[in-house]
Amino acid sequence: MRFEGFQRADGRKGIRNVVAVAYLVECAHHVAREIVLPHREEAHLIGFPGCFPNEYAQNMMERLCTHPNVGAVLLVSLGCESFNRYRLEKTIADSGRPVSTLVIQREGGTRTTIEKGRAWIERTLAGLAGAQRVSMDVSDLVVGTVCGGSDGTSGISGNPATGRAFDRLVREGATCIFEETGELIGCEEIMAARAATPELADELRRSVHKAARYYAELGYGSFAAGNADGGLSTIEEKSMGAYAKSGSSQISGLIKPGDRPPKGGLYLMDVVPDGEVRFGFPNISDNAEIVEMMASGAHLTLFVTGRGSVVGSALAPVIKIAANPTMYERLSEDMDINAGAILTGDATLDEVGSAIFNQVLHVAAGQQTKSEALGHTEFILTYKSFEPIGPACLPV
Amino acid sequence: MGRIETLTDRLETDRRLLTLSPRDNVAVAKEAIPAGETFLVSGREIIAAVRIGLGHKVALRPIRAGEKVLKYGVPIGSATADIAVGDHVHLHNIRSDYTPTHSLDAARADHIGERNGEGR
Repeated sequence: MRFEGFQRADGRKGIRNVVAVAYLVECAHHVAREIVLPHREEAHLIGFPGCFPNEYAQNMMERLCTHPNVGAVLLVSLGCESFNRYRLEKTIADSGRPVSTLVIQREGGTRTTIEKGRAWIERTLAGLAGAQRVSMDVSDLVVGTVCGGSDGTSGISGNPATGRAFDRLVREGATCIFEETGELIGCEEIMAARAATPELADELRRSVHKAARYYAELGYGSFAAGNADGGLSTIEEKSMGAYAKSGSSQISGLIKPGDRPPKGGLYLMDVVPDGEVRFGFPNISDNAEIVEMMASGAHLTLFVTGRGSVVGSALAPVIKIAANPTMYERLSEDMDINAGAILTGDATLDEVGSAIFNQVLHVAAGQQTKSEALGHTEFILTYKSFEPIGPACLPV
Repeated sequence: MGRIETLTDRLETDRRLLTLSPRDNVAVAKEAIPAGETFLVSGREIIAAVRIGLGHKVALRPIRAGEKVLKYGVPIGSATADIAVGDHVHLHNIRSDYTPTHSLDAARADHIGERNGEGR
């Protein structure tokens, strides 16, 4: 099945056509949010709250502002923060996207900056309406997957069904990303057995061992109180359920946030910072993971939830998959797919896997997800640091 | 321990309990089982001492303290107490072999106690 996407000047193809409004320090957050308000559907708020320079944040913002779903970018700076807005603006301009920077301290404060920002968005939206369309198919898509608010049902319904959808996507040439090495603790050996090369297998094992050490030092696993209420007792148990999302394809490579997979296939994203523990928890909540996969090019995200997460995301649609029938009934307005049907015997894993695959195509073709229709545009980016990946991570 | 599971064993376990791998010593509840209800586990009639919530685990075989708990055919932690057939298997009797598990049980118990005027 083919569908219409948006052709970007840098050659990439998007499935949405949004303006990103990016604050470059928390002090510019309010002004940026006010600028977005009258155009909440077409303009999405993203940003970085910190005032201190950080290479990871700089790279992430550059990747996100040139995401294929983004057609234009408005940067909102206070003026005295450390973020390198000049480099960010140049990267966006070089990608062929319209970009403008408003510096609050120069523009004359909150009110005038908001007025100027809104006027810029109105002018830019008029231009974006005429964006060049392009025919796309499954093999053009980059799809990420996360699970959040997991419980004892996630691992037996929603996650393995998503794994089936991932297998089909990979077979048809799409690029698929799974992540959160801190939620693969205990799965390292079975995962390594799926690596394309023995060297990659070592890298996959190492990434999980790094996560185990990192979380051990922090004193908590990647495990929330709600996970335990939902019947999960240990991080290994949660891991086995989360791992099922990756399906059964060969693993083609290991990437870090912002790295773009070179071709179709299945990739593990190593989200745990390198070096000693410095900036706290690797991913402080689910949206941090979605943001990192978007930085690596994910056009959309499959989100499996047992307890019932309601989030969406700025820039890229999120398809929410309910893992059990009771939560689906309670939160059906927020859920796109009912994988709970597997538990009640009303559908098989394969049937739900196909439904997820079809939903990916519909959403890529423009159909709104539940979270998009409800106006969800969550976004969070915090400090991290990474070493570049080695050659064994992306075997040819 | 040591006993080979037969098809009969599985037939004699309540249909609300799902065994994910023949190696497993726990099963997962596909539906909640109310406290006090009698249900079958590995051919035995068990009276549920507590409510077994959706997604929670029940022991299919006796598990001794220190023994690995197996789900999906792999270890998901170790028993911290002897566990009998039909027992609820959770934070009170197993623990991670990697990092500790965080729950709000203590905080919640305090909160409910306060609401009921019991104080702390």
